[in-house]
Amino acid sequence: MSTDKSSSHISQRYDDELSGVKSQLFEMGGIVEKQVKDAIKSLLDVDSGIAEHVVKDDTRINDMEVAVDEDCALILARRQPAASDLRLVLTIIKTTTDLERIGDEARKIANQAIMLAEEGPAPSGYVEIRHIGHSVSTMLSQALDSLVRQDVNLALEVAKKDKAVDLEYGTAVREMMTYMMEDPRSISRVMGIMWSLRALERIGDHARNIAEHVIYLVKGDDVRHVGIKQMARAISDDD
Amino acid sequence: MSMNENNNNLSSNASEYSTTTGQIEVENPKMSMRNVDVSYGDKQAIFNVNLDIAKNEVISMIGPSGCGKSTFLRCLNRMNDTIESCKVSGDLLLEGQDIYDPKLDVVPLRARVGMVFQKPNPFPKSIYDNVAYGPHIHGLANTKFELDEIVEKSLKKAGLWDEVKDRLDQPGTGLSGGQQQRLCIARTIAVSPEVILMDEPCSALDPIATARIEELIDELSANYTIAIVTHSMQQAARVSHRTAYFHLGYLVEIGSTDDIFTNPSHKLTEAYITGRFG
Repeated sequence: MSTDKSSSHISQRYDDELSGVKSQLFEMGGIVEKQVKDAIKSLLDVDSGIAEHVVKDDTRINDMEVAVDEDCALILARRQPAASDLRLVLTIIKTTTDLERIGDEARKIANQAIMLAEEGPAPSGYVEIRHIGHSVSTMLSQALDSLVRQDVNLALEVAKKDKAVDLEYGTAVREMMTYMMEDPRSISRVMGIMWSLRALERIGDHARNIAEHVIYLVKGDDVRHVGIKQMARAISDDD
Repeated sequence: MSMNENNNNLSSNASEYSTTTGQIEVENPKMSMRNVDVSYGDKQAIFNVNLDIAKNEVISMIGPSGCGKSTFLRCLNRMNDTIESCKVSGDLLLEGQDIYDPKLDVVPLRARVGMVFQKPNPFPKSIYDNVAYGPHIHGLANTKFELDEIVEKSLKKAGLWDEVKDRLDQPGTGLSGGQQQRLCIARTIAVSPEVILMDEPCSALDPIATARIEELIDELSANYTIAIVTHSMQQAARVSHRTAYFHLGYLVEIGSTDDIFTNPSHKLTEAYITGRFG
């Protein structure tokens, strides 16, 4: 992620501080991405070993969130960043929060995987998990890519995908309900799938948030709580 | 004239910043400047600056050293007249009246458009006389009582009254730097100006004195129009409603301070306020 469109700061240390906090954020993004993939895999493969790893590694993400926020607070205090630097620091602070929450959702999925490994796999729902899980993982990767490359068009794609995921989630929930009605003995296990689907849907929302932060970073427009059309307009606006 | 420019890279090519980005006109301008050129001898310091200053607004002018911001400020009450080699051309209007009209007397002009300088410069006289001098020579008070009233009111507005009311007969030069600067502001206010120009009013002051002056600027903006030149970008961000960015004698960008400091339109403004050159 480079905001150095023009040149570097007069203060070399300021540059170092900003690039330091950026690389921490990217590292955190990479770990969170892996956590999500592992969590989905543990659920699909009914593998409690991987799931336990995911649960354990979540504390690492929490620690990184605290470290990134601390560094951002220091930059704000020391440098009083303005314009694109200010937007960069704000974007980093907000993105770490979303990444940390994604980490929490991955841990929730992993906990469901551990539960299902003990009680035996659910009778159904894995197709939906696989499908929505794939969409959400892609969204997260693209959101992080759009951040690194400051690519607002890719960010817009992520926002569009989120809408599709929300629809798929609604459909999947209705299906799960029919399974529960058909076989009440499986309710607790289907609920495990339901909670996991819910967690995936939330990960999609956080990925969309990150994409919105990217548009704010690059364009200076706050596109939270606006529709896709308005978002597209913000992107195409030449300042 | 207003237009948007989008520059992709920093360049020393004047064509990239010779047209001002942002809205230069305001409704109901207090001062209105058009096509202002200023040169010192052969050296041109200001190039075709167009800018309106709204009534009761605080406008800050920022830019690297030598960008012309102080020169431009000093044109607004003909302070540059004192520099022989300095030539000012263009239209500079105060409420529609040409301030460079050869028939115009600059003394009342400078009462209407007062100025506060970088270094506090009280007269070597008592605190009272420092404030009373202006109203006295401009004939704003007929009696001693009226003059007393003006002095008290001005010192109160400048936030200095409580600190000096018991020693008005003592020399103004005996006050602290911050107090001296507020005394100079009181002196400026005493002649009931319409516009106050401030040329780096806080650069010689400590942070507490600076905060008091900034607070004062905020209060004064209810009654006066204020134009401030500052090297402190944070100060511009804190006190002003609009910010003008100058570069090598050109007005590169003018916009609301909120926009300039979060999302400036011009690459040069961006580079300057983020500390990439200056």
